[in-house]
Amino acid sequence: MTLLDVRNLNITLQTAMGEARAVRDLNITLKKGETLGIVGESGCGKSMTALALMGLLPENATTSGELLLSGEDLLEKSEKEMCTIRGNRMAMIFQEPMTSLNPVHTVGRQIMEPLRLHRGLSKKEAFEEAKRLLDRVGIPNPSERIRNHPHQLSGGQRQRVMIALALSCSPDILIADEPTTALDVTIQDQILELIQTLVDEEGMSLVLISHDLGVIAENTQKVMVMYGGTAVETGSTDRIFDELTHPYTQGLFAAMPKIGMGRNRRLTTIPGTVPDLINLPKGCTFTDRCPLASEKCGGAVPARSQMNESHTVMCHHLDKAIKARGGELYQ
Amino acid sequence: MSVFFAKRFLTLLATLFGASIVIFLVMEILPGDPALVILGVEATPDAVKVLTKELGLDRPALERYFSWIGGILQGELGNSYAYKVPVWELVEGALKITIPLAILSMILSVILALVIGLYAAANHNKASDVSLMGFSQLGISVPNFWLAVLLILFFAVNLRWLPPGGFPGWEEGIWKGIRSLILPALALATVQGAILARITRSSVLEVFREDYVRTARAKGLSQRATLWTHVLRNALIPVITVMGLQFANLLAGTVVVENVFHLPGLGSTVLKAINNRDTIVVENVVLMLAGMVVLTNFIVDLLYAVIDPRLKAHDI
Repeated sequence: MTLLDVRNLNITLQTAMGEARAVRDLNITLKKGETLGIVGESGCGKSMTALALMGLLPENATTSGELLLSGEDLLEKSEKEMCTIRGNRMAMIFQEPMTSLNPVHTVGRQIMEPLRLHRGLSKKEAFEEAKRLLDRVGIPNPSERIRNHPHQLSGGQRQRVMIALALSCSPDILIADEPTTALDVTIQDQILELIQTLVDEEGMSLVLISHDLGVIAENTQKVMVMYGGTAVETGSTDRIFDELTHPYTQGLFAAMPKIGMGRNRRLTTIPGTVPDLINLPKGCTFTDRCPLASEKCGGAVPARSQMNESHTVMCHHLDKAIKARGGELYQ
Repeated sequence: MSVFFAKRFLTLLATLFGASIVIFLVMEILPGDPALVILGVEATPDAVKVLTKELGLDRPALERYFSWIGGILQGELGNSYAYKVPVWELVEGALKITIPLAILSMILSVILALVIGLYAAANHNKASDVSLMGFSQLGISVPNFWLAVLLILFFAVNLRWLPPGGFPGWEEGIWKGIRSLILPALALATVQGAILARITRSSVLEVFREDYVRTARAKGLSQRATLWTHVLRNALIPVITVMGLQFANLLAGTVVVENVFHLPGLGSTVLKAINNRDTIVVENVVLMLAGMVVLTNFIVDLLYAVIDPRLKAHDI
């Protein structure tokens, strides 16, 4: 059954410089228990998409399209109704564990909040439940830690607290926006593994946002590659890495350091910078940086081509892109 | 906590000691001989000499400094040169007006600031926010003595709700005393409250942009619940800092408003003493004011630690 169905989502930000089109014509479908990875550079619209799902976009944002959660359009919901969904049916983990917890409250108090709000637990019950949650996310000595303030915990522990928070009301969907970017590499794996285990055990759906293809490859079933506010390529994770097609996805893949590539070889980069969302190019947003770009690319937005059942790509030069697979498009 | 407390307390004592030296030195440098002021310009040099000796002003400065400090430590402030009565008698009445007035003004100012500041922040960039901030700009710009005159005209002369000035003394009953302090407190609180409201608003808006506020919203807390449980406490630190400074100002810097309302407060007392070259009164009152300012800062520091547990942790 389809749990989340995003149809033609558009997000526009009113800025002093003009209108910035943060997300354009985005479509997502997510079944219960399914995991989706969203990958892309900074400013490609990943976080905006996540905030739109939570209904937490900044005030200067306007949206259009449909965000269906179990058939109900979240964009039509009142703020009051959204408050019963956030933290309850949908929960989010943020990038910065160091600043995502309130410094003046104990972690226990912060975990107890959604328990009392959504599950209607008494203070005492919520306290016990918070302890159990802390234990569940692997915080040692929870009965003591529960009285700690955030500054008394390490970054990894704070992210565990954030996970406990997100988990507290057994949401249908967990959105993790770069949950490990700010953490040590050794801690990263532990946190991802924890998220993976909990998602499996609870049967939650997961939207994992990252700029790291490796993280996405290991932790999700489906992947969506975003560039310039739109999904340039989507597909199932186990196949897409063999079938990388869009020149941007190929570039992202080529830019990953590989073991055994030799000391003196420079890392591959995609030349240029992300497009200005205020003055987006008329055609394909990747035109300026694409090694395959032709005149046609700048003029019209490419259609979405269905490569197979799950795999879609938006590119004018599919043939050339397929031919370049695994090759040296960015040398 | 006790280390934090002890450290702050030692700072308080050291500051007071430093202040006493500065106050004494400034009064030494101040031109004008107390004896000459008391006797008038026509006095003979001999008479001045006799009075100087009588007042103990012929002794070396160091000796006078230590006898002053020694006296204070024993609870003895000495006698006024001009009025020949104990300094405490002159100051006591003034303190009984100034301290309640400062507290009343501060309460009014804080109520004004929190109501306006929070409401404006919660309605950021809407018409109510813009107009409230416009009013607060007006409140800051209006000189308090002029506002005092307007208040007297309106509430005392036209409506006859409150007395236009003077102070009956607390012996006449607490309510009567408070009644005569309401208008001066309002005149003082309007300006300070307006400043504090703007600080409250900007501080709240700043905290609203913090990551943990987004977390609170993501938990399902409404905007209003987030404001009360997560934003307010974090936003209070700059507000309390300014409150401390304002309270100090209310204790010492209210001479003009005191004059408009004919209140013999601390400011008026010290001004009179300076004109009379009544150095011992000036020294004692200024040291008292310094003590109250330092004490206010001490309390502000303690409040910081209560609000934000991180500050306590860093200090130890």
